[in-house]
Amino acid sequence: MLGRLAAQRFREIRQVFRQIPLVSRSFSTALNYHLDTPDNNPDLPWEFTEANKVKVKEVLSHYPSNYKQSAVIPLLDLAQQQHGGWLTVSSMNEVARIIEVAPIRVYEVATFYSMFNRTKVGKYHLLVCGTTPCMLRGSRDIEDALLKHLGVKRNEVTKDGLFSVGEMECMGCCVNAPMITVADYSNGSEGYTYNYYEDVTPKRVVEIVEALRRGEKPPRGTQNPKRINSGPEGGNTTLLGEPKPPPCRDLDAC
Amino acid sequence: MGLGLLASRTLLRSGKIQPGNFTSLLRRCIVSTTELQNAEAAQAQAQPDTDLPKRSPVGGARVHFPNPEDAIEVFVDGYPVKIPKGMTVLQACEIAGVDIPRFCYHSRLSIAGNCRMCLVEVEKSPKPVASCAMPALPGMKIKTDTPIAKKAREGVMEFLLMNHPLDCPICDQGGECDLQDQSMAFGSDRGRFTETKRSVVDKNLGPLVKTVMTRCIQCTRCVRFATEIAGVQDLGMLGRGSGEEIGTYVERLMTSELSGNVIDICPVGALTSKPFAFKARNWELKGTETIDVTDAVGSNIRIDSRGPEVMRIVPRLNEDINEEWISDKTRFFYDGLKRQRLNDPMIRGPDGRFKAVSWRDALAVVAEVIHQVKPDEIVGVAGKLSDAESMMALKDFLNKMGSNNVWCEGNGPNPNADIRSGYIMNTSISGLEKADVFLLVGTQPRVEAAMVNARIRKTVRATQAKVGYVGPATDLNYDHEHLGTGPQILKEIAEGRHPFSSTLTNAKNPCIIVGAGVFERNDKDAIFSVVETIAGRAKVVRPDWNGLNVLLLNAAQAAALDLGLIPDSGKKIESSKFIYLMGADDVNLEKVPEDAFVVYQGHHGDRGVYRANVIFPASAFSEKEGTYVNTEGCVQTTVPAVPTVGDARDDWKIIRALSEVAGACLPYDSLSAIRSRMRTVAPNLLNIDERQPATFSYSLKPESHQETGTVPFGTVVENFYMTDSITRASKVMAQCRTLLLKI
Ligand code: SF4
Ligand code: FES
Ligand code: FES
Repeated sequence: MLGRLAAQRFREIRQVFRQIPLVSRSFSTALNYHLDTPDNNPDLPWEFTEANKVKVKEVLSHYPSNYKQSAVIPLLDLAQQQHGGWLTVSSMNEVARIIEVAPIRVYEVATFYSMFNRTKVGKYHLLVCGTTPCMLRGSRDIEDALLKHLGVKRNEVTKDGLFSVGEMECMGCCVNAPMITVADYSNGSEGYTYNYYEDVTPKRVVEIVEALRRGEKPPRGTQNPKRINSGPEGGNTTLLGEPKPPPCRDLDAC
Repeated sequence: MGLGLLASRTLLRSGKIQPGNFTSLLRRCIVSTTELQNAEAAQAQAQPDTDLPKRSPVGGARVHFPNPEDAIEVFVDGYPVKIPKGMTVLQACEIAGVDIPRFCYHSRLSIAGNCRMCLVEVEKSPKPVASCAMPALPGMKIKTDTPIAKKAREGVMEFLLMNHPLDCPICDQGGECDLQDQSMAFGSDRGRFTETKRSVVDKNLGPLVKTVMTRCIQCTRCVRFATEIAGVQDLGMLGRGSGEEIGTYVERLMTSELSGNVIDICPVGALTSKPFAFKARNWELKGTETIDVTDAVGSNIRIDSRGPEVMRIVPRLNEDINEEWISDKTRFFYDGLKRQRLNDPMIRGPDGRFKAVSWRDALAVVAEVIHQVKPDEIVGVAGKLSDAESMMALKDFLNKMGSNNVWCEGNGPNPNADIRSGYIMNTSISGLEKADVFLLVGTQPRVEAAMVNARIRKTVRATQAKVGYVGPATDLNYDHEHLGTGPQILKEIAEGRHPFSSTLTNAKNPCIIVGAGVFERNDKDAIFSVVETIAGRAKVVRPDWNGLNVLLLNAAQAAALDLGLIPDSGKKIESSKFIYLMGADDVNLEKVPEDAFVVYQGHHGDRGVYRANVIFPASAFSEKEGTYVNTEGCVQTTVPAVPTVGDARDDWKIIRALSEVAGACLPYDSLSAIRSRMRTVAPNLLNIDERQPATFSYSLKPESHQETGTVPFGTVVENFYMTDSITRASKVMAQCRTLLLKI
């Protein structure tokens, strides 16, 4: 009797817990600490290329010499472009050396900004916008299509090292939602591009991926042939003539 | 002490004075929800009474007006207070006697303003302001107990607790945790958060600091401490948003001699003491306010003990010596107090083994031997940790036996004990903050006196003071110019041939610090006279400023020199027949002749014991009352915190007993009697907590005609963590040595 009661109570309790949706909170994509790997450890030498050293000088010249540390973000960006889209510990150490701060101060910056990748990415790093407008317009499907087509998980690099898919927050072109960004690291920091592909569909993103694989450069911007930039589909629908003055008061009179 | 504890104490104290006011105090610190829901009614209720009771500043804070014209007046809860310009709202409130809750603000660190716990209402400001980061403006009307302020605090508290594990029952900080105290005082009685809490990987910061990073509330006090005070840029705030965590990014231990202080400043239990972990709850501990003897600084500490065991050591506030920090050696060497202790008198038998005997027998044996040797074959050496009383007794006893060969370790063969300014830090530790150029001669303060180094670092950071350093290359954790390694450089500076000499002469308050390692050198007098020449050139000693300092190494040194423990000649050990080692472990035992009779009186079975014929067990500094003089000549006393082990006795009592058995009875048998005896020798030793400025300066010293040698200055303290018998017995210190000193 008692046993049955207890069992029933247990079932009830379990029921209650089932109803609570087990939300998993997702935090930033990469770990906030470093683990040594053969291709990422402090003993690997790392240096800016000769061409980039000139650029480093140029960047540093923007800041007063006693505020060198202000150059941390541009230099990290340069290092990331040079190193195929991600930052190793040694590259961050090199930046710290150049701007004369302790390495931890550079790590702090690099971990703060999600656009600094601290794990390997593909030559083409595809970033799907996941913020509300794009999400409402189907960015989840876009991401699914990409992941399925490439056969990887999020933030994983394909076997050939060409592609990786990540998520980004609003990149400011919600008007053409949904959109993806392609960071192209295939040609080092000289040929680096960071292009938006807007109004994409699950079909279209796959086409873009294939075009990139072939080494083509698909045209950036809206992928909807019926739109020009962020103009409405099929031409203007408003502002067709001279706008009428506001009805409330006579502007010329005041 | 946790801030909350402080707050509640202040509240209690003021409550005691005005019992009638207690209810209003209660209303101030415990937020009742009805008041929050019904703001108007609460406001009506909180009408200020016309005759408000007088308030006194929190924690006895004193206001110092650097410039009387710059005083401004602000109103805190209706009370007008005068404060100097540039103070923050939080400081103004403190002076008005209102303790503002806080986590990230710390008076000795830079302001971060990221916890938002210190929100107060300021009239005419649209939203609550973070008082720690807001400069007080003239006429500002600050309100600290309005419903808005209360609600703001309650809200901040709820957010802080959102990701906090609430594992107080298994947290070592429990009972002295700022978060615990403040959530009791200012938080809500329940949380509304039902999601999963985050968890953070624990970091390995070394053998001293234990981390439970999930408890961290991201106040960044530890990061600021490490960067600003300790001078090791290892810690940082990584990540962002709710993924934010404290860490070192790459695997790295915190290699600072001050790292233990992050345990105290962490307001929660994220950083706690590793050796103390799960050993005791802090409310079971008995605190004894005493001083530290591991170096010559005499840091003020509190020994927390449970029963006969020292459980931990924490710092005490003393603005003039250690501020509120202590070095890792001071904080963690206490486990050495429990290991390798001598607890019975022992005599070495013919087979070379020690046999425990009674005090009576041991004393009789020693008394018999001492009468068989010639008076000038008797030698007494006081150890690094000896207190003034026992050194007085040792000197008196040996004098009675006809010998004057008594000295203290580390003072060298012929110390200049005649002129007091020649062996103490005349500037005083807090006075170092006024210096603008330092010249360090043969001293590495970072390992010799970590708190002095912290003071120099503070000065260098605050005023960009220049530091010149002569000695082996070392890392002093502040910018310094390495001038050279040997005394020749000093000569060049003295003769004005070195660029640094003009830096010195142009300085307003130049400061020269000579390390006590120089005492052991053969060309000691020559070095001191060169230093004096430099001092004379640069006007280092003036009526209003004395910048000529000696940095001592051991707790006993200054008192020994005050009491005149000086050997007749430097070569005494080699020709001695009877050696009395009072805790002296660093005398060169190889020089002791084969047939000499060695008595070792001490608390640890350390180096001295290997050669001893008789052992007298003595009590350690934590078990006795003793007078110590620190390197700046400040007299302080230790207070017994725990009982002695076994049959051990206080040092001076042992010597007093021995003198009686030997038939040369010393004329004192109580602490006060021995102290009156000390008064006749060195009256300054009785002025506790006072610094007696040295009256005579160097000019009275006889000229030295010695030439400086060319031997470069050496490293005096090779191993910061193990410098005396207690620290050498400590397991934690041994771990630190292997893990943190890269040898
Ligand atoms: S570990 Fe402690 S001191 Fe450091 S940020 Fe976290 S709570 Fe603050
Ligand atoms: S939401 Fe996707 S670009 Fe703004
Ligand atoms: S104490 Fe003011 S924001 Fe933390």
